[in-house]
Amino acid sequence: MDSALIPKGVKRCPIWQFLLWIGANGAVLAWGVFAMLLIYIKGLNQTNMNNAYGFALWIWADLAVIALGGGAFFTGFLRYIVGKGEIKNIINFAVLIGVICYTSALLILGFDVGQPLRGWFIFWHANVHSMLTEVAFCLSAYLIVLIIEYVPVVLENRQIDKIPFFHKLGHNMHEVMAVFAATGVFLSFFHQGSLGGVPGVLFGRPFGFREGVFIWPWTFFLFTWSAAAGGPCFTILITKLTEKITRKKLVKDNVIELLAKISGWMIFFYIIAKIADTLYWANVTAPSKGFTFMQFYSNNAGSLYGLWILILEIGICGVLPALILITDKGRKTQATLLLAVFLAVLGVGLNRWVMVLQVLAIPVLSFESWATYFPSWQEIATTLLPVAYGVIMISISFRYLPIFPQERELNPIDVPAAAAQVAEPETQTTDAGPEPELSPAES
Amino acid sequence: MLPFSFEWIWDPSHMVFHGGLWYALTVIGLGVTYCVIKAVLDISKGKDGNHH
Repeated sequence: MDSALIPKGVKRCPIWQFLLWIGANGAVLAWGVFAMLLIYIKGLNQTNMNNAYGFALWIWADLAVIALGGGAFFTGFLRYIVGKGEIKNIINFAVLIGVICYTSALLILGFDVGQPLRGWFIFWHANVHSMLTEVAFCLSAYLIVLIIEYVPVVLENRQIDKIPFFHKLGHNMHEVMAVFAATGVFLSFFHQGSLGGVPGVLFGRPFGFREGVFIWPWTFFLFTWSAAAGGPCFTILITKLTEKITRKKLVKDNVIELLAKISGWMIFFYIIAKIADTLYWANVTAPSKGFTFMQFYSNNAGSLYGLWILILEIGICGVLPALILITDKGRKTQATLLLAVFLAVLGVGLNRWVMVLQVLAIPVLSFESWATYFPSWQEIATTLLPVAYGVIMISISFRYLPIFPQERELNPIDVPAAAAQVAEPETQTTDAGPEPELSPAES
Repeated sequence: MLPFSFEWIWDPSHMVFHGGLWYALTVIGLGVTYCVIKAVLDISKGKDGNHH
C-alpha cells in the first residue's frame, strides 16, 4: 500500500505489522497526552513536586535527554569539523535521535513552566544573569539547527525527491551543512555547559556548588564533556536496538567501532576530570562550607542517596565503560560493547539525577531533614510520552527515509525482486540522466 | 529582546547574551535563505539533474 514511499532496494515489514507497532506505541503516547492535558487544564497540583523539589522528574528527564541527544552535535563535529568520513554512515540517525531528544526536552519544559503560552517571555524579558536564559536561547536555536540537519534526510524520500526544487534544496543544504554543524557545536557547548553550571553556582547548596574559571564552575565543563562522551554511546545503543528489532544489520562494524573508540577516550578523560573534581570538592570545597563528605551520604531514609550512588556513577558507569571502549577487544566483542554503551548511558542519566534531585534532597540547615519525593502518575506518564514519541518517529523515519546509507549494501534483496524493481519505470535510478548526482548522504 | 525595547541596557551581559542569540539566528537564517534561493535559481536555469 505504501510501497511507493519506501526507499529503493530495501525491505520493510507489511503495513499491518507496522500499523500494529505504531498503534501499540500510540497507546502509550495517548496516555501521556491525557496526563499532559490534566496538567495543562488542572495545573501543577497534578504533580508531587513541592517546595524542596521545584526541580523534579521532568527536569531530570530534560537534562538526561539533552545529554543523550548530545550524540548529534558530537557526531556532527566529528563529521563536518574534524572530517571523519566514516561517521556519515550513522550521522543521519544521530541527527534523528537529536531531533527527538530536543523536541522532547522542549515538550517537557512546556509542562514544567506551567504557563507554556508565556514561553516567549524568556526571549523578550530575558534575565541576562541567569544560566537558564543561556540554556533557553541555545536550546531553542539548536533545535532549529537539528531540524535543518534532518530536513535533507526527509527530502530524500523517494516521492519528495522527485520534485526538482526539493531535490536541489536537499543538495544545497548538504553543501552548507558544515556551517550549520559548526553553529550547532557552538550552541551545544553553551547550553550543555550552562545546564551543568546551574547546580555549580548554587552556593546555598554545598553538594552541588563548585569553584571554577571566571563565571563558569567546573560542572559547566563536566556537563558538556559528559554529553559529548555519552551522547554517541546512546546513538550506538539505539542503533543496536533498531538492528535487533528490524533483524537487520544497518551500520558496518568499523563505523560503530570508530564512534565507540572516540567515545571511550572521551569517557576516559571525562572520568579522570570527574574524579579530580569530586576529590577537590570533598576535601576543599565542601569543608569550606562547613560540611564533611559523609554528611552528604549518610542518615537518609533507606540509604536512597548513600555512597553506593557515587560508586555506581563514577566506578561502574564511568571507569568500567571507558576501559571497555578504549580496548580493541572490548569494542569488537558485541556483548562487552553493548554493556559499555549501556553503562555509559546509565552513567550520564545518573549524573543528571545526582546533580538535580540529590542536590535538593540533602538538608542544608540544622533543623531540616532529608526531603523526599516520588513522582505522581501524571509526571511518569508525561515523561514516558517522549519515549513513545521517539519510537514512533524512529519507526516512521526508518520505514520511509534512507536513514542508514549502508542498509542496501548490508542487506541485499534477492535478485528476482531487485530485477522486477529495476523494470518498473518509476524506480529508475538517479544516475540514469546525463547529469548524474549523488544523494546528499552519498555525496 | 532588541535594543529598542525599554528593558534593554547597553551592558556586557545584554550584549553577550543577545549578541550570541542574534549571531546564531542570523547564521541559521542566512544559511537557509541561501539554500532556498540557490535551489530556485538552479531550477530556473534548468539544473535539476534531468533524472526524473
